[in-house]
Amino acid sequence: MMNASVSIQNLDFAFGEGELQKQILFDVSLEIQAGEIVLLTGPSGSGKTTLLTLIGALRSAQSGSLSVLGHELAGATTEQLVAARRKIGYIFQAHNLLKFLTAQQNVEMSLELHPDLTKAERSRRAAEILDAVGLDDRKHYFPDSLSGGQKQRVAIARALAARPQLILADEPTAALDGKTGRTIVDMLKTLAKEQGCPILMVTHDNRVLDIADRIVHMEDGRLVRS
Amino acid sequence: MFGFISLAWLQLTHEKTRLLTALAGVAFACILMFLQFGFQDALFDSATLVERKMNADLVLISKKSEAFFAMKSFARRSLYQTLQHKEVAQVMPMYVGLGPWKNPWNGRTRSLLVMGFNPEVSVLDLPGIAENLDFLKQSDTVLFDRNSRAEFGDVPAALGKGTAVSAEVNQRRVDVKGLFTLGASFAADGTIVTSDLNFLRIFKDHRQEAIHVGIIKLQPGTNPLVIKNLLQREMPEDVRVLTQAEFVQFEKEYWETGTAIGFIFSLGVAMGFVVGMVIAYQILHSDVANHLAEYATLKAMGYTDRFLIGVVAQESFLLSAIGYVPGILISWGLYELTKQATFLPMEITFGRAALVLFLTFGMCLASGVLAMRKLRQADPADIF
Repeated sequence: MMNASVSIQNLDFAFGEGELQKQILFDVSLEIQAGEIVLLTGPSGSGKTTLLTLIGALRSAQSGSLSVLGHELAGATTEQLVAARRKIGYIFQAHNLLKFLTAQQNVEMSLELHPDLTKAERSRRAAEILDAVGLDDRKHYFPDSLSGGQKQRVAIARALAARPQLILADEPTAALDGKTGRTIVDMLKTLAKEQGCPILMVTHDNRVLDIADRIVHMEDGRLVRS
Repeated sequence: MFGFISLAWLQLTHEKTRLLTALAGVAFACILMFLQFGFQDALFDSATLVERKMNADLVLISKKSEAFFAMKSFARRSLYQTLQHKEVAQVMPMYVGLGPWKNPWNGRTRSLLVMGFNPEVSVLDLPGIAENLDFLKQSDTVLFDRNSRAEFGDVPAALGKGTAVSAEVNQRRVDVKGLFTLGASFAADGTIVTSDLNFLRIFKDHRQEAIHVGIIKLQPGTNPLVIKNLLQREMPEDVRVLTQAEFVQFEKEYWETGTAIGFIFSLGVAMGFVVGMVIAYQILHSDVANHLAEYATLKAMGYTDRFLIGVVAQESFLLSAIGYVPGILISWGLYELTKQATFLPMEITFGRAALVLFLTFGMCLASGVLAMRKLRQADPADIF
């Protein structure tokens, strides 16, 4: 309990107000310990992404308790949400790299948020992490001249560069072929284990289920242990 | 390694063709504004040339006067009354009126501006006045503006050939004894100057006591503003005391606000502003729209709205700053071209350069603010 990176108790979540209100999450409770890799599966529309965006401090929870890395996010202000986001590495289905920045510059964007790092440190750390994802010879390429798998590797490097205390991944392999997807997931696992960083990954991809310490299934807004 | 500026800079410069289009648009807006301001000022300059070349420290005019071509008269004794102050060195009455001039060659009549003043003193600092003043001491003599419109007859050519020219002004025969240089303006297509006495001969019904402009020369070293305030208190109700600068302003204001001219040019400037704003908005808006997912990702990483607003603001700042450079350079070229073609006094003054720069900033910033509304859609929770 003390070490839980994420602790969710009796979380409900609904979109809209009054008559039009549509409840998405029902009484969700979940804990993720430091260093743990948790996969979240379930059919489309079951509320997986909504849960992920709540944990990622991208929207604020209305009721129940949602504690992420020591921040209580239920009813949090925008400033509190922004502060929590800086401790989290987010990987999306699309790589969402800035086209006008090189791979190295894209990674540095996430380090810019940490003013304690000097310019040289930021640049060194970005280079290191790009080496670690196997892009040592592509650092100064723009995203348009990288393959899909390479772009997603840059996105992973960007998420990991700032040494986040939690990684959230929303179907990171969806846009990739099977082999590339596997490589990406293995790499993510290795790097996360090295840093002792827990991962919560939403996925439909049966080929990567084996990396999980635990798999959580979601149906109609409720968690079903499997 | 990169803060605000360079992020905005990298984003703007990543696509060269689009950047060039944007800069061409901003530069075009700059040029449009420069030209409108330039033409407007050139026309105002020519409209106020007489006032600016008047050899006066202070002038008296009637309160009812609106513009130089339609001066109302006031009592001459008000002007002479100012002589009791030791600071007033000299006073000179001036008469101004529009009178019909009959073209001596084809007999057609057209109205021109007639100015009359004491030929002992040169009250107008225009080329050709001082050296010809002596002619005006004879009766029924005038000097003719060589830049009057051709409809008045080719007086300069005739005089150049040594032919004597006489014409009828207000049905009185006068001899043209010389030429001076002023130029046609909004008010008058042509101008003649003559002596005060000749003016009264031409306009037979005008009383000598009713003058149109009272010119006051002060002792050297006197502050005109101090004497102005002093005189204003003693003047009768219907007389205004103006410094020369105020007299110029008085004339300019008439053309600026009393006629459509000011409106037309302001509209031109506004058009340039709007065109530039639309182009800058296109660029900035599509920049934001094309990067919504990336911006949302930056927000998910912990970047604030303020950071993104800052990037858009910097982009608009950069657009205006770099678009302004070709804008002012091309405008300068066009000013030179216009000067050669029309003899209008076109100059890029520091004030105007600063004003257009300011407007360009405002234009890009306004479109930046409009584009920022799109940023709200870059919400990571809605996009993913």
